[in-house]
Amino acid sequence: MMRHPHVWMGLLLWSIFGQAHAAWTTNMAPGATEVSHEVFDLHMTIFWICVVIGIIVFGAMFWSMIVHRRSTGQVAAKFHESTTVEILWTVVPLLILVVMAIPATKTLIQMYDNTESGLDIQITGYQWKWQYKYLGQDVEFFSNLATPADQIHNKEAKGEHYLLEVDQPLVVPVGVKIRFLVTAADVIHSWWVPAFAVKRDAIPGFVNEAWTRIEKPGIYRGQCTELCGKDHGFMPIVVEAKTQADYDTWLAERKAESAKLKELTSKEWTLEELVAQGDKVYHTACVACHQAEGQGLPPMFPALKGSKTVLGPKEEHLATVFNGRAGTAMAAFGKQLSEVDIAAVVTYERNAWGNNKGDMVTPKDVLALKQAAAK
Amino acid sequence: MSAVIDDHGHEGHAHGPAKGLMRWVLTTNHKDIGTLYLWFSFCMFLLGGSFAMVIRAELFQPGLQIVEPAFFNQMTTMHGLVMVFGAVMPAFVGLANWMIPLMIGAPDMALPRMNNFSFWLLPAAFLLLVSTLFTPGGGPNFGWTFYAPLSTTYAPESVTYFIFAIHLMGISSIMGAINVVATILNLRAPGMTLMKMPLFVWTWLITAFLLIAVMPVLAGCVTMMLMDIHFHTSFFSAAGGGDPVLFQHVFWFFGHPEVYIMILPAFGAVSSIIPAFSRKPLFGYTSMVYATASIAFLSFIVWAHHMFVVGIPLVGELFFMYATMLIAVPTGVKVFNWVSTMWQGELTFETPMLFAVAFVILFTIGGFSGLMLAIAPADFQYQDTYFVVAHFHYVLVPGAIFGIFASAYYWLPKWTGHMYDETLGKLHFWLSFIGMNMAFFPMHFVGLAGMPRRVPDYNLQFADFNMVSSIGAFTFGATQIFFLFIVIKTIRGGPPAPAKPWDGAEGLEWTVPSPAPYHTFVTPPEVK
Amino acid sequence: MSDTPRPNKPLVTRLLILVVAMFAFGFALVPLYDVMCKALGINGKTGDQYTQTQQVDDSRQVRVQFLATNNADMTWGFFPKAQELTVHPGAVSEMLFVAQNPTDKPMTAQAIPSISPSTAAVYFHKTECFCFTQQMLQPGERIEMPVRFIVDRDLPKDVKHLTLAYTLFDITARMPPVIRPVAASGG
Repeated sequence: MMRHPHVWMGLLLWSIFGQAHAAWTTNMAPGATEVSHEVFDLHMTIFWICVVIGIIVFGAMFWSMIVHRRSTGQVAAKFHESTTVEILWTVVPLLILVVMAIPATKTLIQMYDNTESGLDIQITGYQWKWQYKYLGQDVEFFSNLATPADQIHNKEAKGEHYLLEVDQPLVVPVGVKIRFLVTAADVIHSWWVPAFAVKRDAIPGFVNEAWTRIEKPGIYRGQCTELCGKDHGFMPIVVEAKTQADYDTWLAERKAESAKLKELTSKEWTLEELVAQGDKVYHTACVACHQAEGQGLPPMFPALKGSKTVLGPKEEHLATVFNGRAGTAMAAFGKQLSEVDIAAVVTYERNAWGNNKGDMVTPKDVLALKQAAAK
Repeated sequence: MSAVIDDHGHEGHAHGPAKGLMRWVLTTNHKDIGTLYLWFSFCMFLLGGSFAMVIRAELFQPGLQIVEPAFFNQMTTMHGLVMVFGAVMPAFVGLANWMIPLMIGAPDMALPRMNNFSFWLLPAAFLLLVSTLFTPGGGPNFGWTFYAPLSTTYAPESVTYFIFAIHLMGISSIMGAINVVATILNLRAPGMTLMKMPLFVWTWLITAFLLIAVMPVLAGCVTMMLMDIHFHTSFFSAAGGGDPVLFQHVFWFFGHPEVYIMILPAFGAVSSIIPAFSRKPLFGYTSMVYATASIAFLSFIVWAHHMFVVGIPLVGELFFMYATMLIAVPTGVKVFNWVSTMWQGELTFETPMLFAVAFVILFTIGGFSGLMLAIAPADFQYQDTYFVVAHFHYVLVPGAIFGIFASAYYWLPKWTGHMYDETLGKLHFWLSFIGMNMAFFPMHFVGLAGMPRRVPDYNLQFADFNMVSSIGAFTFGATQIFFLFIVIKTIRGGPPAPAKPWDGAEGLEWTVPSPAPYHTFVTPPEVK
Repeated sequence: MSDTPRPNKPLVTRLLILVVAMFAFGFALVPLYDVMCKALGINGKTGDQYTQTQQVDDSRQVRVQFLATNNADMTWGFFPKAQELTVHPGAVSEMLFVAQNPTDKPMTAQAIPSISPSTAAVYFHKTECFCFTQQMLQPGERIEMPVRFIVDRDLPKDVKHLTLAYTLFDITARMPPVIRPVAASGG
């Protein structure tokens, strides 16, 4: 156990609680990229320097506290200054700092490397989800929290990846320099995957850049790290790193899927099918604000049950979902969800929780709206 | 420093306090106002603490149990604001009011009427701030750092009240700071040269200048927010040519010196307490003064280390990294001086000394994590995780709060005329010490393991340490009610305190009787 | 306060002047930051309209990538005609961006440019850009907006790849558009 560096800080607790439990992680993980290894080494180096200084300073203090007490018959010395000593303990720490600064500077310069990348991905933070755009590939999608609300509200046992799971992970190849262009559409978010040592603020209106080259395939998890409102704690990041071959397969499938989605749009849907599909969509895209029973969280997030918009003309209801509502927390879902999903969720809302309108919005209606927007 | 008092008669024109409630409302007496500040700060400490209890109760287990995320965010925001502006800063102003005139042989603060006004602004400000919790849209929910545009375009309506509350607090702090500067520069007793002043007075003088320099910047910052929200300007909105990152620069230009505002007076108090219980003069008085001044200066050129991940150009990142690392030098000098003061002393460990020693040890640990955070590439991993929460609580709880407790126990005999119960005091210390470490040490671990800050819920891998943290926090919280009991007990009775209850203590404040008479140093003492 | 009390007034006056000066300094940070941004390329901010010309460097090629993002409430269609261009430093290049207002209300928008990597921002000059003005579109209206630019010959050698990103903000509330009849939508 001692050989593993990540037990250092927790040695004391470790001995108390005995058996190593997965949950008692006490240190940063070395991560999966060259940069993250360097950052980890830097972190450990500085930690140990601090430990050594700590032992010297606290050692002197405790020695004094144990030996130089009135109860041991000590008589106070009278010295109260020494220029030599003062100069010494100004200069020595300064030298230690220089020793720390050298590797830190090297790593930092490496992080700002601008050389050509193999894959460019635009990451956009939204309240409260991430959008990934594969530049030049015509692939883009939103990545939402996949943990069911019942787990969050303790009605169901929590899974291993509780709050760290998404419906569609970011899929990337290993061994390729990936350039992330990070931005946001509303407030400031921050995209962090610890295993890559990549953390970049996503700032509305501006683009930030970061890069990584992942060494081995695997699933890497992270979270938003800048307070971005109510569900800041509920917008995880999952990155699936695949071999180049697997990645190419995935990309091809992904493109085929969007073709299939187009087919689905032209299919004739029944009310039941749409409501069933809408139920699923509602519980990923809408439930956080409008809540499971459509009761909302007034006044910020209005109820949909018995809502004027939902019970009103379906065109207006669709337009609200599609375009959002300016000046409120209601986002525009037109670019975030597929035609089928928008049609389904609007239909679902019109027929759930006793709203019982009995009418439906079809994917074709949504497509018409979309085409009007993108012509 | 030895002082000979020729005459501090409070006969003649001296008079006691007015009777009844109006004594407190209209008082211009520095001791009364100091007392008001200290009580107000303690009330805010309990209020901010109760917000922390809500946070820790929700984080006791994974899943949402007690509060909804929207309310959780209001709790983290209010906890930060109330503790920073309501508990720590007023406590130090209270100590300054009580002790600075006594330490420099002044009859009162230089501007007594302004003193009264600057106190009474505070209850008004906090009433305004806390009342927002009861508005329909809820109180401030954007964190105590209130980054735009979450605090502007996306803020609840109560943000306007929040802005006015910040303005009131700022005016109060600025007036308090002006008063401190005027008192120290103009009212020192004859012979009390600057380099003879106790370090508490020195650190407060520097703190006051920091306050005067940065509180107006904060005022400017919230004014720009107000204009963005209500008058269609775009200081912080990219849409109109502004920049949300500008907000962070302006805020942290205030925010980083603010951190030292909350710690420098504690440095000063501890520099009186450690020599008193070591029965040895403070080691390196002059270097302590220069170190404090250097820290204050450096605090103005390191602000962007709070923003390493916003995308600062490489040169900027390097500059702020090096500047931040430099702060370790003067801070180190201070710690080494305290240790050298203890070295070969004649130590006893009464409650003030216990708190002071814990201050040095735990603050140093906070300093170490601060040094780690200064390393920009490593900070990419630490930024906005619980590691940062652990760091600044290690600096502020054992730093500011333990410094205040140490001061309170040290000077309680002077304030009340009674000795506090030493056993209870030690119990208070040990429970606080254990609770505090249990609450905040595990936060280092969960932070490094990847738990972001300001989240109401977390993955199961963080569960065990969070539970330990919560238990520690509840212990620490409950212990402070016990402190209230100790203080009330000391006010109501206890062994009478002599003028100088600590045999190793130095300074003019110990030359007046305990409790300190309502008017002291009406005739200035002669300092040799 | 018996012997030689020092007057408070001059000191307090000076301190108050300091307070006012620091309040003003808070606001002075705004233009100061702007200057710093343009000098260092913070947030990838680019300068104002560029009026000079440069000798074309045929020996070197730089990829320029174009991004278009809508801010939260913005419902317009907004995209570049091509995803990227390969250009020679010093040469004037052009890209068209398309904007379309799908709603039934006239709206005003403002596009904000940002260059990545930000170190390259000072080497990216716009001789003409739709981001210099606001765009006002009638219901259903569609326009093509040009951006003309020069990548500076002094662009650091290690930068071979630039990204020009525009974020489109809805500023209808601040800049109410003038309603006028549209002859034909689309185009």
